[in-house]
Amino acid sequence: MLGIRPRQRVTQANWAEYMARRERQAKDTAIKQFFATPLPAEDTPIADVPMIALDMETTGLDEHHHAIVSIGLVPFTLDRIKLAERRYWVVKPTRPLSDTSITFHHITHSEVAAAPDMDTILDELLQRLAGHLVVVHFRNIERPFLEAAIKARRGEGVMFPMIDTMSLEARLHRQTLWARFRRWLGRPPVSIRLNASRERYGLPAYQGHHALLDALATAELFQAQVATHYRPDTPLKDLWC
Amino acid sequence: MDVELLEIRQFMGQFPPFDGLSDELLDAIAERVEVSYFKTGSDILVLNDTLDELCFIRSGAVEVYRRQGELYNRLGEGDIFGHFSLLRNHKVRFPAQAIEDTLIYFIPNDVFQRLCEEDDDFADFVELERPRLETAAEQQKKSNDMMVTRIRKLVTRYPVMVEASTTLQQVAQQISEAQASAAIVINQCTGNPRYSFQDSEGQTWRMEGIFTDSDFRTRVVAEGLSPQAAIGDVASSHLITIQSDASVYEAMLTMLRNNVHHLPVVYRQRPVGVVHLSDIIRYETHSGLYLVSNIFNQSSAQGLAKLAPDVRAAFVRMVQEGANSQMVGSALSTIGRSFTRRLLELAETELGPPPVPYCFMVNGSMARNEQSIVTDQDNALVLSDDFVAEEHDEYFFALAKFVSDGLDACGYTYCKGNVMATNDQWRQPLSVWKRYFQDWMENPTPERLLHSSIFFDLDSIYGEDHFVETLQDLIAQKAPQSPLFLAAMARNALNRTPPLGFFRTFVMEKDGKHNNSINLKRRGTAPMADLVRIHALASGSKAQNTFQRLSDISDTQLLATGVSDKLSYAFEFLCMSRLRHQMIDIQEERAPDNNIEPENVEDSERHTLKDAFQVLSNAQKFLKFRYPMPSQRPRQ
Repeated sequence: MLGIRPRQRVTQANWAEYMARRERQAKDTAIKQFFATPLPAEDTPIADVPMIALDMETTGLDEHHHAIVSIGLVPFTLDRIKLAERRYWVVKPTRPLSDTSITFHHITHSEVAAAPDMDTILDELLQRLAGHLVVVHFRNIERPFLEAAIKARRGEGVMFPMIDTMSLEARLHRQTLWARFRRWLGRPPVSIRLNASRERYGLPAYQGHHALLDALATAELFQAQVATHYRPDTPLKDLWC
Repeated sequence: MDVELLEIRQFMGQFPPFDGLSDELLDAIAERVEVSYFKTGSDILVLNDTLDELCFIRSGAVEVYRRQGELYNRLGEGDIFGHFSLLRNHKVRFPAQAIEDTLIYFIPNDVFQRLCEEDDDFADFVELERPRLETAAEQQKKSNDMMVTRIRKLVTRYPVMVEASTTLQQVAQQISEAQASAAIVINQCTGNPRYSFQDSEGQTWRMEGIFTDSDFRTRVVAEGLSPQAAIGDVASSHLITIQSDASVYEAMLTMLRNNVHHLPVVYRQRPVGVVHLSDIIRYETHSGLYLVSNIFNQSSAQGLAKLAPDVRAAFVRMVQEGANSQMVGSALSTIGRSFTRRLLELAETELGPPPVPYCFMVNGSMARNEQSIVTDQDNALVLSDDFVAEEHDEYFFALAKFVSDGLDACGYTYCKGNVMATNDQWRQPLSVWKRYFQDWMENPTPERLLHSSIFFDLDSIYGEDHFVETLQDLIAQKAPQSPLFLAAMARNALNRTPPLGFFRTFVMEKDGKHNNSINLKRRGTAPMADLVRIHALASGSKAQNTFQRLSDISDTQLLATGVSDKLSYAFEFLCMSRLRHQMIDIQEERAPDNNIEPENVEDSERHTLKDAFQVLSNAQKFLKFRYPMPSQRPRQ
């Protein structure tokens, strides 16, 4: 259809420079190691980029008042999602778990009570993320929460480039001429939530809100987005942010 | 098991062959799955690529092609592909393409091999067509052998059991109260001798004998014994029993062999009941045997027509009890033949004796002994060569009409193609019939043979059998030397082809089109019977039944080794499937037909059916090649 082609103009940060600077400044070994591991260059075709889908469940939406409860990781490439290499942790939130978030995430008080503090898994988490391009659905949760949680424990935060499947959907459905036309007609905006987005690509509905399942769902969604709107040789810089 | 993988294993566990796997094996799969998304139109497997994974469709749809690009299968959610390659050289033989946006779960080869090793059903499922058909056919046979009703089904109540010290009078009272006709005599014992068992209080008892109504006459009254005598002193200690899992047939034999009318039924050593000869007879009355004798007891066509519901009941019972298609087919044909014979007897009573000898010939499925519950009548009259139309035809037309109308009333509807003895053309003397057959075989064209191929299944059921035998001999002798005839028959046999298989709730055709239902006779059993008939004609076999024909064919070099077995399994499965769906129709009080609706086809059945269609399709291709249409008519 007319005008639904994504706009490719994305604000680019110079990630390589940032990473190099952080490596020099880092005091924590794990963090230093993380920034020392090079990421694929920005013009690498997406088909050659090792990726890792990341999802976390939190007690709320504000990283200053809420905390991380669980983290799921699924490494993948454009070809394959490697479920066998998945990781999943439940961590003890620094703030108590509210009852509503319990029903939402299916994680119980006792599970959380038995869980370790996030500090004990941080080294492994950083090690697994290093060298991979992290893919999330809605970076405005994952990025600030991770930054805040690491900063609280190691005295320095961690930022890195991400591919955000939700913002890719937004580019397609919220920022096109077609989307503006719909808005002008007073039609509700297309939902860009994980399950609604997946549905558009014929992906099955998963019983949501489990960090690992959502990470898997995000990886699948990204494969579908590239297969539909991009090409295997689309450079990384057109996708990350 | 990680909770988060439940989603995956629960989903896979709904579909064969995963539905039969242990939880442990399912976990092992979910644990190792790799996932990939394929856009509509993109290749999933490319010909000759190396393949090290089994592919499972999580969502979407996939088409699988043959090497030549011909559609092999269309698969949907829950289906697997790629297993053929994994079982062979790991080269992709059947390329696959996504026809909808598709999510595939890839199962690594080592997991696949482990599944094959540890789960026989899984291994059977992923094996090539032949073994699966074979297993399905064998399982049917096995279940049939075992399930020919077990005797415990006839046991309706607990046996009357009396201690050996009980007086004869008390025993008589107890038997009367229970409305039984025998009591089992028991005694306390120790150890574990023969016929010993423990009651619920842990007391050990031994079955000492059985005492029946007739024993009261022969052993008590006739001998002048006191009613106060203890039964233990009188009862026969000669005890014949039968295990509860023995078949009714075995029980019957045991009674005959030992000349007893009562049989204690034991589970291991414990008596669970007593069956009497009358129980077995009552059971038999519901079966085909009784039905046949009842047919011959009817004195009018109306009486025969009233037996139609019994035929259905007998049919349902046979299918339920796991009879195979040959048993059902021959039983129903026997019933159909009995109706016809009885109608002929009644017609002769009404019309008087025939003016010249005749033979009543049946054609089609009744001649092949392959009738189902949905069938029309195909018959003809072969008359003596003394027949003079002006003098005798009035009689034979009346005879044919009587039988044909009677059969219609009994549920054997008139033949739409008018292959009935009421048709002047098919009520002719033997010499004319010989000419018909000679002409069909000597001057064949596919068009001419289109409506006469039914006559190449022929059998006598009444009268001068040798008339029909003469025709059978003529065919067996002439057909193998008539390549043009075989070619024309082969051409016609290709008119009806099987579908490719099923896709979701549709029947899928070779051109990729969908239908809501499939006529299993037209698209399966009939074309199969057609093609087997041609091979049988070519090999000079006089057999009429498809299985017998296949067995005759396998004695020749006509088909490659094993092919006739394969055809036999496929035919059995197609027939059984058709019979089963007719049974379901009857049970659900619908008029039974030859259609099956894909949504009523179980997953395992749909896979096996697909294999059977494939076998048929391949056999049809071979037919074309084996009996080519000669470009020039050969000179005689």
